[in-house]
Amino acid sequence: MRANTHFAFFDEGSKKEIRRATLKAVAIPGYQVPFASREMPIARGWGTGGLQLTLSLIGKTDVLKVIDQGADESVNAVSIKKLVQETTGVQVTDQTEEADLIQSRHRIPEIPLTKDQILVLQVPMPEPLRPVEAREYATKRMHSEDDYSGAWLMLFEQIVKYGKTATAADHPVYVNGRYVMAPSPIPRFDNPKMHQSEALILLGAGREKKIYAVPPYTAVESLAFEDYPFAVESFEGQECRLCGSAHIFLDELIDQKTGETVYQCNDTSYCMEQLNSTEKAGVENSYA
Amino acid sequence: MHEEPILKVRNLRKQFGSGCSHCANLDSNRLEKNYCTVCGTVYAVRDVSLDLYPGEILGIVGESGSGKSTLMQCLYFDTDVASGEAYIQTPALTGTNVFELSSQQKRSIRNHDYGMVYQNPVHGLKMNFSSVGNIAEKLIAAGNRNVGEMEATSKRLLGNVHIPLHRMKEEPRNFSGGMQQRVQIAKALSNNPPILFLDEVTTGLDLSVQANVLDLIKKIQRELGISMIVVSHDLAVIRMLADRTIVMLNGEIIEQGLTDQVLEDPQHAYTQQLVYSLL
Repeated sequence: MRANTHFAFFDEGSKKEIRRATLKAVAIPGYQVPFASREMPIARGWGTGGLQLTLSLIGKTDVLKVIDQGADESVNAVSIKKLVQETTGVQVTDQTEEADLIQSRHRIPEIPLTKDQILVLQVPMPEPLRPVEAREYATKRMHSEDDYSGAWLMLFEQIVKYGKTATAADHPVYVNGRYVMAPSPIPRFDNPKMHQSEALILLGAGREKKIYAVPPYTAVESLAFEDYPFAVESFEGQECRLCGSAHIFLDELIDQKTGETVYQCNDTSYCMEQLNSTEKAGVENSYA
Repeated sequence: MHEEPILKVRNLRKQFGSGCSHCANLDSNRLEKNYCTVCGTVYAVRDVSLDLYPGEILGIVGESGSGKSTLMQCLYFDTDVASGEAYIQTPALTGTNVFELSSQQKRSIRNHDYGMVYQNPVHGLKMNFSSVGNIAEKLIAAGNRNVGEMEATSKRLLGNVHIPLHRMKEEPRNFSGGMQQRVQIAKALSNNPPILFLDEVTTGLDLSVQANVLDLIKKIQRELGISMIVVSHDLAVIRMLADRTIVMLNGEIIEQGLTDQVLEDPQHAYTQQLVYSLL
């Protein structure tokens, strides 16, 4: 780390701008705060919103974890980790419990987060009403007037067409009973983890220049009709082929040789931890 | 019998431009049609007052640019008015000038008390959502959160406007103009609004479809007792539908009365010209 540069890549003015937007976002849960999104050394749409939040929040003693679709070792996660480490010198980790700051794309870790942690989510499309209304000034007005019939209409259409809500990810949520928010493309499985979360959840969209937040202990309710209640993805009867965990979010994979469908933990660090603990127990047992 | 109007409009004015000392007094007849030659302000609707009684169809005729559609847009809150008052005869809103309400309250009136059918279905429908979904949108906006109920209502309404059952889940963009117009009417009727606005609904439709749509409107009035304001420049449509008629020119009402009376014995020179050019 060179001493003549600012800490954490950004100049102080940029950090101030992003922190100011973040504070406003925390004060108005679910409201999309516009901010002056910076030019980053990675392309827009590759996590610049999350990265800007991370770089504006990070301190020298923080421990960082970066997840990309549940994986700690994918290219995107590794490059972001490298960039932050080279410009701050902070420690990075794969362990969810060890981290103070977790930047994630499309997943919330399986291990429940605590009040000492901050989760930063990367958001490609922050506007839940965009598919029904292309104009920004119109969607802003709809938010201000609490007019969310468009978001409901999208779910209604899916039910009419497919017999169920077909949101694979990014199922819209009501935050604190007021704003409808895009929770970023996390699977429906992760939506309930946002409800009354102990950790602060910040969402950043670099390309769309928006920051929004779910403060700790905030009600987050997934949109659902009376006769079609909200349901998470079901992995009934399946377990991870590596660590044997059930009741977590599993990836469905097809074995290229046998053509069989197999399931595996999506959260790689969770899987590794399960494997290590069984290994450790096995070693301890064999010594005893 | 003395009846209270369900919609009472007083001195509604809509202008584009700020006005100047030359045109400030509208009575002084200094405008070129509805346009001030000094400051360029357009007075699209000039102090229009009208009453709509329960169960009646009020026709509005006039040439292009006479302010018919602008008047409708003002009444439906699509655009803000410069000045004027409107009162709706519902328990919650008695004595309230609805133009002064907040945009949320206006939206609630639109969702609960009003229905609108635009000349161009693109404005009233979401072309890339199913017909059932389009109708449900209005029900959702009015607070319904039950899919089964909304689907049943939508299907019943689409049946009423003769959209074949197997096409109900299709997007209106695949429909002909007449079908789109009928989906729009079904949508406008979805939460039984006491007041319905119809803006040039039959313009551009071929004659047989036009007859279909007109039949439907007549039937709705007879069976549901909905009050309607029908804007058209087609006198035949007005003659068939409207009980009373208002004639507009340059943003003003120049003549009004029973439809037969206005069409058979026009008083104003413009109305005479309008009626005789038809015959």
